[in-house]
Amino acid sequence: MATPPATPAPPQPSLTARGRSAQRSLEGAIRFFLMACAAVSVLTTVGIVVVLLVESLQFFQKVSLVEFLTETRWTPLIKPQHFGILPLFCGTLLVTGGAILIAAPLGLGAAIYLSEYAPNAVREVVKPMLEVLAGIPSVVYGVIAVMTVSPIIRSVFHSQSIFNALAASIVVGFMILPTIISLSEDVLRSVPRDLRSAAYALGATKYDVTVKVVFPAALSGIIASCLLAISRAVGETMAVTLAAGATPNMTLNPLESVQTMTAYIVQVSKGDTPAGSVEYQTIFAVGLALFISTMVLNLLAQWILSRMREKYE
Amino acid sequence: MNQVPRGEGSLEANRTYFGSRLFGWLCTAATLVCVLALIGLLVTVLVNGIPWLSWTLVSSYPSRDPEKAGVLSALVGSLWLIGLTAIISIPTGVGAALYLEEYSANTWWKKLIQLNIANLAGVPSIVYGILGLGLFVRAMSLDRSVIAGALTLTLVVLPIVILSTQEALRAVPGTIRSASYALGATRWQTVWNQVLPAAMPGVMTGVILAISRALGEAAPLVAVGAAAYVAFLPQSLSDEFSALPLQIFNWAERPQEEFHGLASAAIVVLLAVLILMNAGAVFVRAKYGRRIKW
Repeated sequence: MATPPATPAPPQPSLTARGRSAQRSLEGAIRFFLMACAAVSVLTTVGIVVVLLVESLQFFQKVSLVEFLTETRWTPLIKPQHFGILPLFCGTLLVTGGAILIAAPLGLGAAIYLSEYAPNAVREVVKPMLEVLAGIPSVVYGVIAVMTVSPIIRSVFHSQSIFNALAASIVVGFMILPTIISLSEDVLRSVPRDLRSAAYALGATKYDVTVKVVFPAALSGIIASCLLAISRAVGETMAVTLAAGATPNMTLNPLESVQTMTAYIVQVSKGDTPAGSVEYQTIFAVGLALFISTMVLNLLAQWILSRMREKYE
Repeated sequence: MNQVPRGEGSLEANRTYFGSRLFGWLCTAATLVCVLALIGLLVTVLVNGIPWLSWTLVSSYPSRDPEKAGVLSALVGSLWLIGLTAIISIPTGVGAALYLEEYSANTWWKKLIQLNIANLAGVPSIVYGILGLGLFVRAMSLDRSVIAGALTLTLVVLPIVILSTQEALRAVPGTIRSASYALGATRWQTVWNQVLPAAMPGVMTGVILAISRALGEAAPLVAVGAAAYVAFLPQSLSDEFSALPLQIFNWAERPQEEFHGLASAAIVVLLAVLILMNAGAVFVRAKYGRRIKW
């Protein structure tokens, strides 16, 4: 109407030329600082790889890679020394396998309940509770394993060994539950509503919709969540060290004491092995094996998740 | 109405209906097991730990005699660790997130950093411990000092700080930035005066998550060689230290029942510190959250 068109305000001469250039160099300095912060994360990865490789290479000059991968005895701390990682790998596999056998059905059931069945009020109470489960330090699970789970297992199976893979599997299973539940619930909920409506319109029951439509649609994401959970179980340290013991053991019997890769690293770190000795270098070689196995699992899971995201977004 | 049997078709329908209900119950039961596990865990710790909770526990150094043993050095060590970790990881992590969200263009360099951070978040903490051992303890010869431990923990929690800060920054509407630029603000002025304050509650949540993680981590500290038995309090960055989770680990490893009780009591102390920190975060969030509206 009568209001004059807004004219742009004349440039304020608040900054002198010198002030402006000072401002500009401050901006540049800040940008550089922030970039340095971001570079720390890249340097961390470089640091991990370099540290693991440098010490491992020295280790592999003394012990052949073939022996490391095929020898079935692991006795680096007692004579005669044997350096076969298979027993440690087997221990890790046993504990992780048991954990995922417990966590996958429970976690998927809970995820399906939370995403498909639960009323909003219940979900809003249960989800934070499960996040608490994720926030409890791993050493606490270890204490529970030693104090409660292991005695129960011993009385049920009449076994002698205080340390056993089963106790470790059970507590690690509960540790990785929140990973499976929260990720799987996310992918289940990200399945488009249209798919569900279409199935209901065809006369499907809730079960049909959930198991035959929603679950297959979310399957790749669910697999990714399980892979991430497995990776966590492989890297889990304190609970496993406390519960599974320190006996490198090529066994698939969950009632026996085993040693995982992580538990071995703890065992050596607690002792006083001089830097440069072959015993000291073993932890870097085992660490390298651990790093590679978890990284493969993580990358695979992320790749699956990103493909799933492309599909529905 | 529909209850009249209508031959085989309805039997089939009834069975699927029952199957459908059964499946629902099974899923509910799975959720119940998870919730009961959490409750069972807390109750077990409390029942075993409370008889051992006493002033002696918080005010004494570790000892061979369970009656005299305490967590003083571990508690103070843990406070040093999380304090230092917070001081180092918050500026670095928030800075990295700001760079990724507000500064860098969507290039291969940014994608590389992003992928890298996602991967670091999945690296087992014991591997960070080995890195700390090789880098801080040996190469930089910081020895088994509290600063070596804190630097190691910083690397462990950095991905958590970065990822949650990024999420908080992404939630700030672009209009806020445009308005700030339109008023003639520079990029940093926009970030510092508008974006960061608006993202503060989310940033705080991430920071608390990260510090809680640092407080509970034992594996990286074992790897850098922190001792469970330390009979003095750290006075400077280069002193030896212990930490609560290490003390718990040490007690849980012993065969005697008394020490398992002590370990439970120490867990109660650890959980109390965790709850205090989280309560602080809730308070800060509520305080900041009320001021921000758009």
